[in-house]
Amino acid sequence: MNEIEEKKTISTETSSDDMKVLDDLTSSEYKWGFITDIESETAAKGLNEDVVRMISKKKNEPEWMTEWRLKAFRYWQKMEEPNWPNVHYPKINFQDISYYSAPKQKPKLNSLDEVDPELLKTFEKLGIPLGEQKLLAGVAVDAVFDSVSVATTFRESLKEKGIIFCSISEAVKEHPELIKKYLGSVVPYTDNFYASLNAAVFSDGSFVWIPKGVRCPMELSTYFRINSQDTGQFERTLIVAEEGAYVSYLEGCTAPIRDNNQLHAAVVELVTMDNAEMKYSTVQNWYPGDKEGKGGIYNFVTKRGACRGKNSKISWTQVETGSAITWKYPSCILQGDNSVGEFYSVAVTNNYQQADTGTKMIHLGKNTKSTVVSKGISAGFSNNSYRGLIKIGKNAEGSRNYTQCDSMLMSDKCGAHTFPYIEVENESSKVEHEATTSKIGEDQIFYLNQRGISTEDAVNMIVNGFCKEVFKELPMEFAVEAQKLLAISLEGSVG
Amino acid sequence: MLSIKNLHANVDGKEILKGINLEIKTGEVHAIMGPNGSGKSTLANVLTGNKSYEVTNGTVLFEGKDLLDMDPETRAREGLFLAFQYPIEIPGISNATFLKTALNEIRKYNNLAELTPKEFLDRIKDKAKVLGLDDTLISRAVNVGFSGGEKKRNEIFQMLMLEPKFVLLDETDSGLDIDALRIVSNGVNIYRNPNNAFLVVTHYQRLLNYIQPDFVHVLSKGRIIKSGGKELALELEEKGYDWIKTKEFETEKV
Ligand SMILES: Nc1ncnc2c1ncn2[C@@H]1O[C@H](COP(=O)(O)OP(=O)(O)OP(=O)(O)O)[C@@H](O)[C@H]1O
Ligand SMILES: [Mg+2]
Repeated sequence: MNEIEEKKTISTETSSDDMKVLDDLTSSEYKWGFITDIESETAAKGLNEDVVRMISKKKNEPEWMTEWRLKAFRYWQKMEEPNWPNVHYPKINFQDISYYSAPKQKPKLNSLDEVDPELLKTFEKLGIPLGEQKLLAGVAVDAVFDSVSVATTFRESLKEKGIIFCSISEAVKEHPELIKKYLGSVVPYTDNFYASLNAAVFSDGSFVWIPKGVRCPMELSTYFRINSQDTGQFERTLIVAEEGAYVSYLEGCTAPIRDNNQLHAAVVELVTMDNAEMKYSTVQNWYPGDKEGKGGIYNFVTKRGACRGKNSKISWTQVETGSAITWKYPSCILQGDNSVGEFYSVAVTNNYQQADTGTKMIHLGKNTKSTVVSKGISAGFSNNSYRGLIKIGKNAEGSRNYTQCDSMLMSDKCGAHTFPYIEVENESSKVEHEATTSKIGEDQIFYLNQRGISTEDAVNMIVNGFCKEVFKELPMEFAVEAQKLLAISLEGSVG
Repeated sequence: MLSIKNLHANVDGKEILKGINLEIKTGEVHAIMGPNGSGKSTLANVLTGNKSYEVTNGTVLFEGKDLLDMDPETRAREGLFLAFQYPIEIPGISNATFLKTALNEIRKYNNLAELTPKEFLDRIKDKAKVLGLDDTLISRAVNVGFSGGEKKRNEIFQMLMLEPKFVLLDETDSGLDIDALRIVSNGVNIYRNPNNAFLVVTHYQRLLNYIQPDFVHVLSKGRIIKSGGKELALELEEKGYDWIKTKEFETEKV
């Protein structure tokens, strides 16, 4: 009896429409700022070859993996931290960071019942749909708690279709041939400062492989969290869709309040072969720092997809509300003829947040198409930059790009900047770029006020309307989550 | 229902309303006419609480409550509605979503339960029919790409949906074709009842042929310089404003 009632509540919740979100708003404090009380095993601060070896050993990695990490580390040592993004922060001391942290418990669990109840409570607070909720929401969750995966569900039903969905560490051991073939094939360890660092010390992340002709029957989802103080997070994700396969992947994250800045340098690699399609959606809500700009996550991420096969498609959708600093350019390399790349983005900055984000669309195959829709919202004293590169190569005849880049300002003290780079090397291709900047309309707010809607809700409504084209690309539950995050991060920001 | 006493208001430091006095009782329809720039829209904005307008003197009571003390959304929830002279566009938000939020806010404030989706939908269909509003306009973003006349119709549609007690119509007739004028006026007349009241701003007698006012006031340079019955509007139509301005300045003190 009890159980049935419970299900009812859940199902009404999932069927909630977008307006419910506006009623739900409560406090503007970072809602998920708590520290889970689980003992962690954390490595001493600092980075050298021994630390890299230690990480590899902790994870029982084969020799070739250790070697790959070491090559990356040696390369990284010779590199310089990039200074071209439009963001400002005190120099990071990379020797003052701990590069490994794992919950002190056996990571191998067969079912959720075996998971530490403290951990489950944490997941609950984060709103992660576990157990029954998962079934109803149709979401399989590979939850990453700090650096080690502790619970992976739905694996069995995916297995039946031949789909692999596991942690990267596991894949290194169980599917070495796939890892050797694809890891670093889109983002090589020489790619950039943060990607090299990630290759040397990556902690864990997800691996997804969809075999030829298979449509993944559910949205795959991972929740990331940073939980140990001063522990850099170096997630690594690799998703491969073989010929004719389809998969939609969701990534969401929240982090607890901390005083010290925390470094996050993830790498995500996507590969689609002939006629394959992949959607990668992110709602990013790392701790942005307090109202004075103290604390907050530094988010330096390399995300790139390769449309290797003809007629293949990769679509990035991201909603970025968190982090003190965001440096992130999910990109597509359109190698296969007729392949399609998409980038839909909402980036919100408030208080003293800084974001330098955008995309790169590299057209190499013939008749390749890309669409870029970027919505930047700046409030408080924040700075929001769009940086986008559209490159159409000599052989990419008949290619098209459409870029739309809109900025909304919520105050007089914030900034919106657009840095579009366009390189077209053939005559039969076409690139279109549209950009707008507007201040949130007082007349719009008054109009909504006059219909009984509070200023807070009016702002949310106007902002949600502004972001509509991006939100409609997100799966339903994620769209609701995204609207909530936007509302929370913009509370009290009109002025 | 609405009692305005000695109302003064500034825009950008310049005095626009220079002492308005007006009593509107439940069940009444008052029309305000007057030359361009005389302060008609300013009065509507001041009554609904637009923050660009600064009240420097005077009082306004709405059902005995101090209206000027309330923020704009509270005034709306108390039952004040303005059909805007220039309705505003809200991109990306559908008319239906917008109205649902507004209606629920107003109902919540008045301790009424939210409408069920079916009740809401039925009401939409009902009211849209009265105004001959196309279904697509309801699912489209608020006023975005609406024609001038569609925007005005949409204002009256919102009025019917939200069921306010006191309605300000600011030149709702401008931009409407002859048929639309009749339909919109009909919408207003259907809604008109002994428990609500209207203040209708217009330049033209033809609207007042449909929506018959109980009183007509002439606003000039921020003051009401003449008040009368509905025949005053006919007189104005015939003679213009000049004859009052020169002849009958004393009525402002009434
Ligand atoms: N937001 C504003 N900023 C600056 N001036 C304003 C503003 N609103 C009104 N005014 C000025 O106040 C005066 C009265 O304007 P208002 O719009 O109230 O006139 P009106 O009687 O409604 O005219 P119309 O018949 O043309 O609609 C005008 O001189 C106008 O320019
Ligand atoms: Mg006017």
